[in-house]
Amino acid sequence: MTAAITIEGLEVIFDRFRALKGVKLEVREGESYGLVGESGSGKSTLLKAITGLAPVAAGTIAVNGKTLGKTRDKAFYRDVQMVFQDPYGSLHPRQTVDRLLQEPLAIHAIQDGEKRIERALDEVGLGKGFRFRYAHQLSGGQRQRVAIARALILEPSILLLDEPTSALDASVQAEVLNLLEEVRRRRKLTFLMVSHDLAIITHMCERLMVMQNGEAVETLTASQLIGHRVSEDYTRNLLRASEGFVRV
Amino acid sequence: MSGNSDRQTKGTLLEVDDLRVTFPTRTGIVQAVRGVSFSLGRERLGIVGESGSGKSQTGRAIMGLTPPQAEVSAKKLRFDGIDLLSMSSSRRRALRGNRIAMILQDPKYSLDPVMTIGRQIVETLRTHEKVGKAEARERALEMLRAVQIRDPARVFDLHPHEVSGGMGQRAMIAMMLIAGPELMIADEPTSALDVTVQLDVLNILDRLVAERGMGLIFISHDLRLVSSFCDRVVVMYAGKVVEQLKASELREAQHPYTRGLLNCMPRIGFERHPLPVLDRKPEWAA
Repeated sequence: MTAAITIEGLEVIFDRFRALKGVKLEVREGESYGLVGESGSGKSTLLKAITGLAPVAAGTIAVNGKTLGKTRDKAFYRDVQMVFQDPYGSLHPRQTVDRLLQEPLAIHAIQDGEKRIERALDEVGLGKGFRFRYAHQLSGGQRQRVAIARALILEPSILLLDEPTSALDASVQAEVLNLLEEVRRRRKLTFLMVSHDLAIITHMCERLMVMQNGEAVETLTASQLIGHRVSEDYTRNLLRASEGFVRV
Repeated sequence: MSGNSDRQTKGTLLEVDDLRVTFPTRTGIVQAVRGVSFSLGRERLGIVGESGSGKSQTGRAIMGLTPPQAEVSAKKLRFDGIDLLSMSSSRRRALRGNRIAMILQDPKYSLDPVMTIGRQIVETLRTHEKVGKAEARERALEMLRAVQIRDPARVFDLHPHEVSGGMGQRAMIAMMLIAGPELMIADEPTSALDVTVQLDVLNILDRLVAERGMGLIFISHDLRLVSSFCDRVVVMYAGKVVEQLKASELREAQHPYTRGLLNCMPRIGFERHPLPVLDRKPEWAA
């Protein structure tokens, strides 16, 4: 099986703060891979480093066999798209859904825009009625669907998901998670998904990496985690915390 | 769970009957809370619902923090036998922070950024009690120790931006508890915190509420967390209470909304693809 993303010795340094300390990661093609950890563990920084939004100080990142340089070319962004945590912040407030979806098509000079927009909206379950609305006229779940449509419209092979449902209500979260699973199956996508919620990661991903303070704590398969077959105390703590409050 | 029964309903602390909160907007009147009724003893009551269900507005109406343009009405809104709605705003203010306290979601926004943590706690205490400066400081330090802050003298002199979220929320709890309230309203007190820190904060809150025999209203979107923490749960949907039940009997919940909410969350070790989604019925909101 070929690797979709290979990362070796990745260092990210903000001024003097080392956000990532030599992280190694391999995501196979077509796989859904999870990153878990608490805030400040570097899980989001890892996604940002892949897209070129974080200052990489050392190490290599290869996507679909191609090692990335200092800048990313257009072809990279056609292949790799990202969905952000906060659907209220990631959509332009003064652009209609139609305009939002036109943008990536214009950047990449794609001709059959009309058809693609219709298909993308259809795929995320929004339909034509939403095409000329503004973000403020949509609910949180609908906004996240638009963000997913925007990511899918370029037909990428890899989707980077940064806490895609943590700003949503539980019932809406279920709908968005189902949608993500469905598009992954249909389009044979590779997911790299960040979440602080172990239950979401075990639901969505086959393998995962637990992170703390910019380092990998351990790498597990979902079934190892479900069976509590973990070797690090930190992971055990996360597991216990995810089971809810227990009166002592 | 031990000792729940003797803590429960030893006298009623709070009575809420047919509480309504309405907001005038450009497009007409929005009813955020539509006839909520419950009563609270010295127990832990959870109010659960999704965004827009009116759970926070219910808490704010009890606290008297509804925005001025909104209208609050109720057949009965009584705290310890005192009618809250007919009370003058200055008397209500004296009650707030003294006998009724509230913890908000994010300490980043609910603490004053330009005042040290110690001064904020002292301020609360001296607003409600006549105590000297030295004694106030001593009591603030003691309270910080009670919320398990290891080096209280150091934290006393820090500003909110110098501490972590978990530490900030402990400081907030300390500030709210220092005047010895009888009713505590906690609106999503741990939602902004990491899961591991969440449990620490909940443990502190749990112990202090039990030791001091307070009534607690715990407002949250997380049904499972609330049911593991509270004695009783009120489930809200579209401004109304759809179900009230004992936390231990959550599994036997009757209302399809409660059941749907419980069901739709992914759980470790329970593989379900796709996840069951909530099929919202218009009659739930009726």
